[in-house]
Amino acid sequence: MDVIGLVAFDVLNSIAALVLLSLGLGVIYGLMRVINLAHGEFLMLGAYATALATNQGVNLWVSMLVVAPAFVGLVGLAVERGFIRFLYGRMIDTMLATWGLSLFIVGFITTVFGTTVKGVAAPLGEFSIGQYRQSAYSLFVIVMAVVLVAGVWLVLRYTKFGLIVRATMQNPAMAAALGVSPARIYMITFGLGAALTGLAGGVLAPISGVSPTMGSAYVAKAFITVIGGGAAIVTGTGIASVLFGTINQVAAYETTPVFGEVALLVSAIIMIRLLPQGITGRFFRRSL
Amino acid sequence: MTPDRAASAPADAGPGSAAPWWVPLGLGDRALGVSGFLAMIAAGLLLMFGLPMVVELFGLVQATVFLVMAILALSQGFIWGYGGIMSFGQSAFFGLGGYTYAVAVLNLGDSSVPALLAILVPAGFAALLGYFMFYGRISDAYVGVITLTVTVILFNVMNSTAGDIYHIGAAQLGGFNGMPSVPPLNWPGDPSNALDPEALWYVTAGLLIVVYALLRAILASRFGRVVVAIRENETRATLLGYDPRLYKLIVFAIGGAIAGLAGCLFTNWGGFISPTVFGLAQSAQIIIFVLLGGLGTLLGPILGAVAIQYLISIIGSQQTLNANLLLGVILVGFVLLVPQGVVPAVRSLLRVGR
Repeated sequence: MDVIGLVAFDVLNSIAALVLLSLGLGVIYGLMRVINLAHGEFLMLGAYATALATNQGVNLWVSMLVVAPAFVGLVGLAVERGFIRFLYGRMIDTMLATWGLSLFIVGFITTVFGTTVKGVAAPLGEFSIGQYRQSAYSLFVIVMAVVLVAGVWLVLRYTKFGLIVRATMQNPAMAAALGVSPARIYMITFGLGAALTGLAGGVLAPISGVSPTMGSAYVAKAFITVIGGGAAIVTGTGIASVLFGTINQVAAYETTPVFGEVALLVSAIIMIRLLPQGITGRFFRRSL
Repeated sequence: MTPDRAASAPADAGPGSAAPWWVPLGLGDRALGVSGFLAMIAAGLLLMFGLPMVVELFGLVQATVFLVMAILALSQGFIWGYGGIMSFGQSAFFGLGGYTYAVAVLNLGDSSVPALLAILVPAGFAALLGYFMFYGRISDAYVGVITLTVTVILFNVMNSTAGDIYHIGAAQLGGFNGMPSVPPLNWPGDPSNALDPEALWYVTAGLLIVVYALLRAILASRFGRVVVAIRENETRATLLGYDPRLYKLIVFAIGGAIAGLAGCLFTNWGGFISPTVFGLAQSAQIIIFVLLGGLGTLLGPILGAVAIQYLISIIGSQQTLNANLLLGVILVGFVLLVPQGVVPAVRSLLRVGR
């Protein structure tokens, strides 16, 4: 019984991590069709911002929930203004340019901070499932995942800003005719996606550790989750996270964590082959 | 075919260019003609036999790995520049070739069959993956994501094979430590007569020339023309009765075979292979080789690979500048400012000057 509880908790954790990893990418890719290959490095920057701010004496929660998203959001804005905006509609070129950006960020961070940096420890202590001890911080990660998904959904669905964003993505010319500046909306959307990614990096920093190359471990997972989810960002990313997170953790429990990850990636590739439009391209088509 | 691909691919024989009317649109190097091809081969042979006379053995060994990367760049340049296939995971076939050679030669002793397997296994894997992607009609960008993911999978798997239980026959896979002391190529049938570093230079340079000539021959054939036609306009090619899926699959498999050959030579060069060959950094480098040199040419990727490798070797010896930093700047800069690459840019400059 305890074991079942433990596995269920691990599965929830794995799902929550996937949601956090891919939500910012879902916003950027789902709304703007920009494949940002520097996504992993945005996560890494969030983790670095958290670790460095905390080591400078800033409260951990402040550096995680405020400093990290603010910093990475600003980086995102700079990147969008700097070169992404010249490449809209050129998908392959965007992928190449953001890959270059990803190399640049890794190189820059390595040059400035070296290959290792003092990380942050997970706060909040432990709690127990039957005879097993678990980190209470994992519970916080799950809560954060739920809060962020709900937040993005509420903003897109119920606020005026969300309406304008969705309208601009559907038909920029019409939105412009009605007085919206599409360039500004693109910029804000990219910045928000980056900020969400930075927040995710901050939240995951105590679990994953902090290093310049940590991003490459995440970028494929995040992409495959978002693409597997399909056109509806929130619903799609959510469902795909549940599906892949479960596969990952169950396979990891049966074999090793590495093969859990491999099982996730393989099953995701097979799903893209079967449902090229993603889950929400076939089911829940009217969702958001 | 999205408009941006057509725009970024250089149309060498486009309106206003110097190429005669019978040179097919977008055939890139074909604009050089037969004399250009012979000049290229002659230059290659000159380099192959001339370089050992002017540089020390150390320089020759370094030049060997430059040419290994040039072969790898040719595989990417062929499938991307001519086939229009956006593979972000050419390092998967490179690494697979290297590992196949290492595993096979440790088991068999003689290197002839392993070298052959190092070409056939990646080609077969590329064919399987190509069937999966192209017959699933997966879009260009998703092909990029899937190939990238496959590379990550291979990296994860090979990285986790440390320990005695992971072996294929007599070969320990070694996990993140890699496989050390892999025997070098030997004269066929005589394992005791192994190639020395100088001989490996001749083999590598010779194979680069052979691969280049083969690709030129393929591109000049009917098959090559159809491949380029599909790149230019997939729908039109389909309506003319060609099956783009099959052509793309064959192109992808040829690319896998060439990358596998490069992997085999790479393992030979260092006598060592580790999972870093599957790393994202390796994949990015291959893309940069091609983008720097020029899409839609064969000379471009070769020059791009040599230039980047030379640059990295300089940076590596100075320890002042991070290689990733520079590669990132080069990649972003070329996408934004010189999307067609150096060789096509120089060629169009020469044409304007004429």
